[in-house]
Amino acid sequence: MKAGILRNMIMSALLLALFAGLGTALVMSTFEATKEKIEASEKANLLKNLNNIIPADSYNNNLLDNKLIVPVSTQLGKKGPTTIYQAWNDKTPVAVAFSVISHDGYSGDIKLLVAIKASGDISGVRVISHKETPGLGDKIDKTKDDWILTFNDKNLLIPSRQKWKVKKDGGVFDQFTGATITPRAVVSAVYKALDYYNYNEKKIFLNQAEYDKL
Amino acid sequence: MPITETESAAEDISTEETKPSFIEEYAPIAKDGLWNNNAVFAQMLGLCPLLAVSNTVINALGLGIATMMVLIISNMSVSLIRNIVRSEIRLPVFVVIIASAVTAIELVIHAWFHELYLVLGIFIPLIVTNCAIIARAEAFASKNTLGKSFFDGLMMGLGFTLVLVALGTLREVIGMGTVFANAHIMFGDGMQWMTIEVFPNYEGFLLAILPPGAFIGLAFLLAARNYINQKQQEKNKNQKQQALNLEASAV
Repeated sequence: MKAGILRNMIMSALLLALFAGLGTALVMSTFEATKEKIEASEKANLLKNLNNIIPADSYNNNLLDNKLIVPVSTQLGKKGPTTIYQAWNDKTPVAVAFSVISHDGYSGDIKLLVAIKASGDISGVRVISHKETPGLGDKIDKTKDDWILTFNDKNLLIPSRQKWKVKKDGGVFDQFTGATITPRAVVSAVYKALDYYNYNEKKIFLNQAEYDKL
Repeated sequence: MPITETESAAEDISTEETKPSFIEEYAPIAKDGLWNNNAVFAQMLGLCPLLAVSNTVINALGLGIATMMVLIISNMSVSLIRNIVRSEIRLPVFVVIIASAVTAIELVIHAWFHELYLVLGIFIPLIVTNCAIIARAEAFASKNTLGKSFFDGLMMGLGFTLVLVALGTLREVIGMGTVFANAHIMFGDGMQWMTIEVFPNYEGFLLAILPPGAFIGLAFLLAARNYINQKQQEKNKNQKQQALNLEASAV
């Protein structure tokens, strides 16, 4: 009797282990089969996002390979390092692009991708992810509204530093009806990105080895 | 094995076997999945993803198809092993099967439908917690043949997808005045023409896109479903009554 129960238990355990093994095998083989494709999709997606703000015909290097990883920068709203993608046309620097995170949104963080030309003008800004209110704050998203394009070609001189605010705060940037906090957060984050670029202008187009020596 | 079983069943109709025909066997499964026992309408299962992801047709379609794939895989696997697995460990085994299927499908969506993956986000792994799937494994697949279980998964999944898409259409049209916005994230960049502007220059109606809109929309769909069922019942009743009256007059 006792032996029978024990046998049953062992059989059940073995069967369960067998299915756990089969399940793991399925997940592992799918992971192996999709790994390269996922990586490629992610790269393609990143490149697509970058090309939205740095025109693809303005540079001729491999944007994803010419990158510079800079350490912690609270100015860009991050706890970890930031990757800066550099666009070159032969030996001439064209633009850089990097992500900025704003913690001042209405709900949650707003992640932006900012591109700045070597001249110091903004090449383009896009919102990568946000949790702002649909219909109000989400107009910062290019798919919903063209507001984000107002940053194009702005720099730290035009408008002046004091004017890098929404109109309600005495600046030059439009706020949305019913939503001021979201555009305020975006304007401030883009300003900080420009300021960061301005401050690091000499270093930002270096390659990783040169940068690390500093 | 199950296929030959049903095939022979289909052949046997002429010889007046008691075995039900192919259609007799499968039609109720389709009817159950799509209407009578619909995962959302009748069982009220899987409402969390339904309410969260139904803000546009494309999102709804994406999650619906992913759920359907998981249902088919889990139903078929459970049916295949239904005679091997002892009843005391069947639930953990079902959970392992469902979790593996969901993870595999998540990886596939991540690889080939990257933008859809970004939009659906956490709701793909959360398919694991959709009770409709384990309910079908336990209530149907563990007692039926492979063919029937496959068909049940397909129909239940289709029923769930249809409700999702219906709610998605309702919310997208009222909320944004479009249908199939962002079609390219599912069908590729060539398919942007699919987006239809139902009301041009529509200002949008925020409530429909926000979560309360999902609850209100679902309530309307349920009311419509109950209304149709009620009408059907009344019709059946009347027919019965008429038949009785006829009999009575004949006597």
